[in-house]
Amino acid sequence: MKTTQETTIIKPYGDTLNDGMMQLSFTLPIPISETAKEAARQLADQMGLDEAQVVHASDLGVGYTFFVVYGRCRYTVDVSTIKVSKVTEKSMTHDEVEDYIADHLKRTITIVGACTGTDAHTVGIDAIMNMKGFDGHYGLERYKGINAINLGAQVPNEVLIAKAVESHADAILVSQIVTQKDVHIPNLTQLIELLETEGLRDKIVVCAGGPRISNELAKELGYDAGFGSGTFAEDVATFIVEKIASAEGASDNIAR
Amino acid sequence: MHKLNLDFNKVAEARSAAKNIAVQTQAFIDAHSTVTIERTIVRLLGVDGIDAYERPLPNAVVEDILQGGGMTDGAAYWLGNAMYTRGESAQTIAEAVAEGTLHLTALPKTSPEKIYAFLEPYVLEAVERIRNRRIEREKLIETLGEGSKPYLYVIVATGNIYEDMLQAQAAARQGADIIAVIRTTAQSLLDYVPYGATTEGFGGTYATQENFKLMRKALDEVGEEVHRYIRLCNYCSGLCMPEIAAMGALERLDVMLNDALYGILFRDINMQRTLVDQFFSRVINGFAGIIINTGEDNYLTTSDAIEEAHTVLASQFINEQFALLAGLPPAQMGLGHAFEMNPDVEDGFLMELAQAQMAREIFPEAPLKYMPPTKYMTGDIFKGHIQDAMFNMASIMTGQGIQLLGMLTEAIHTPLLHDRALSIANAKYIFNNMRHISEEIEFKQGGRVQSRANLVLDEATKLLKEIEGMGIIETIEQGKFADVTRKRDGGKGLEGVFEKSSSYDNPFIKHMLQTEKEAIS
Repeated sequence: MKTTQETTIIKPYGDTLNDGMMQLSFTLPIPISETAKEAARQLADQMGLDEAQVVHASDLGVGYTFFVVYGRCRYTVDVSTIKVSKVTEKSMTHDEVEDYIADHLKRTITIVGACTGTDAHTVGIDAIMNMKGFDGHYGLERYKGINAINLGAQVPNEVLIAKAVESHADAILVSQIVTQKDVHIPNLTQLIELLETEGLRDKIVVCAGGPRISNELAKELGYDAGFGSGTFAEDVATFIVEKIASAEGASDNIAR
Repeated sequence: MHKLNLDFNKVAEARSAAKNIAVQTQAFIDAHSTVTIERTIVRLLGVDGIDAYERPLPNAVVEDILQGGGMTDGAAYWLGNAMYTRGESAQTIAEAVAEGTLHLTALPKTSPEKIYAFLEPYVLEAVERIRNRRIEREKLIETLGEGSKPYLYVIVATGNIYEDMLQAQAAARQGADIIAVIRTTAQSLLDYVPYGATTEGFGGTYATQENFKLMRKALDEVGEEVHRYIRLCNYCSGLCMPEIAAMGALERLDVMLNDALYGILFRDINMQRTLVDQFFSRVINGFAGIIINTGEDNYLTTSDAIEEAHTVLASQFINEQFALLAGLPPAQMGLGHAFEMNPDVEDGFLMELAQAQMAREIFPEAPLKYMPPTKYMTGDIFKGHIQDAMFNMASIMTGQGIQLLGMLTEAIHTPLLHDRALSIANAKYIFNNMRHISEEIEFKQGGRVQSRANLVLDEATKLLKEIEGMGIIETIEQGKFADVTRKRDGGKGLEGVFEKSSSYDNPFIKHMLQTEKEAIS
């Protein structure tokens, strides 16, 4: 798509530049009626949508109404002012990670992972760690130079730390799938606090992952990195091996 | 009915291997009991409620027997002995035990024969209560009618039973036939059943008898309104399988998740514990007319759905045999499978059809439980809605029994009110618009679908023969299911398993266990 303007200030695109076209759907807790439709339209207007149109309204069976609304967004965003932290600029491939470990670290690194707290869903940690991996991307167990230990689900933070100490882990991976009512936040925070109490935080790379985990959130909670959905084992491996290499490089410098 | 040209000699071979596997395991099951089985017996004899520390009274009774060293004789004997000796009700005795003023094993002992004879009226009373709930269901279905198969099954999971009731009634009005109340995360690992109505839970709502009762009432009310019997589903899995089965029987639940293999693999419940628990819970489910749902579909969330399809079929065969041994008839066997193949695979839908049709032909009477795509749902809700539509088409084309509706927002959050409405509308559209398509379909002789089904059957038969040779425990230790390895002494709950003494009796089994002939007919 060619643009005639060299601007960094943008708004949503429907079929014409700057038409601002957006779609949204939501439910209002009132019975279906002309009043309900007008309420939906006014709400969209307050949300910054011009010419809001309620294109669909249906009764949900408990006196509530579901809407589909289109409108033109009044607002713009200037992309030149945006800064986001990416975990890694570009991930290495499986082979490149193995070579990197052989060339730069020259030893086998140990990564301990678990789905912690009350969370019983292993799908995330399994996708990253298990031999089979996910969607054709092998998991960390398959990597030469990585000793991957997957502790499974519902692991208490204390047990995870004990296992990390026992196996001289270089990195810890924590998966959190259930995030309803923010149950994952205190649990993720507690792990970092425990590591700090034990004086281990600076010695181990600690990463969090899950569908609702962002790099920003993870860093705010004291993690080295956070990985969201669409992450594969090589993304996590790249971050960990580079982080270890830079930490070990740094301590070499101090020693000299 | 037979469209796949399946080799039914091979089906018979597979079934016979599965039967041997179940019978081998049953010898171990028959020799053992567990703390939750004993608590179930205590509950059925009339004990309910909690003590000052919120400990359920059935737990207090069984802990007292354990501490007194009497567990191998069973809770029925000790509770019966106390009732006989003191002339008090089971509830009064349980309250005294919980207060610490009475120790059951310290009372003078009367002979087991006398005690079991004395208990018989109490046992029959509980059995009759459950039978009456079953008859009540049958009458309601007769007068109200029910949705056509596949039943539309949706979940509610707010954590608050009162909010769940609102959502469940909305779903029924939208067209749902079965409402499942998802349990709060980690309830499967509690070695007790919480008490009373609850309003706090994470990712789901506590399974308690009071919550069952409240939801049953809400669904009966909305059922009258929509002129359809609305089934209620909950979970008797985890460490309290038989206790929750009994509560479900007493509160007229209609469908219950029940699968030891699932608990072993995905919740790390000890295998000895849960295999023993599964038997009594299935006896209760069977007698109460409850449809069980098994959890094979979950294998495909960790294993590849194309490569490991045969493990699902093998597990269905094993679950069928365990169910038959517990007197649960095929019409109550909601054997599980799933639509979980990678949507990018060429002809993936053909393989899904083959799998679904194969399950239909091999288990013709079972109300097969068909699970929606979850593993390859991405957050692209538009694509997700189409994946769910494909799943619904596969179901109506192959005559599945229970359709767990996929949500377009799978992988994002637990369903919102309108997510569920969109999902129900999707299924209703497809099921109505393609209602009799399965009658019109035949598969090409020797074509892709037939070949795929026969290949999966072949591999499943080989796997079952291998398991027959080494036993179910060894098989799980070797990680043959779902790529998950579990050890016979590992996992949670082994300390609650004990060997029965020679005079041990579970007095409910003989009244509730339907003979294999009854179960099959």
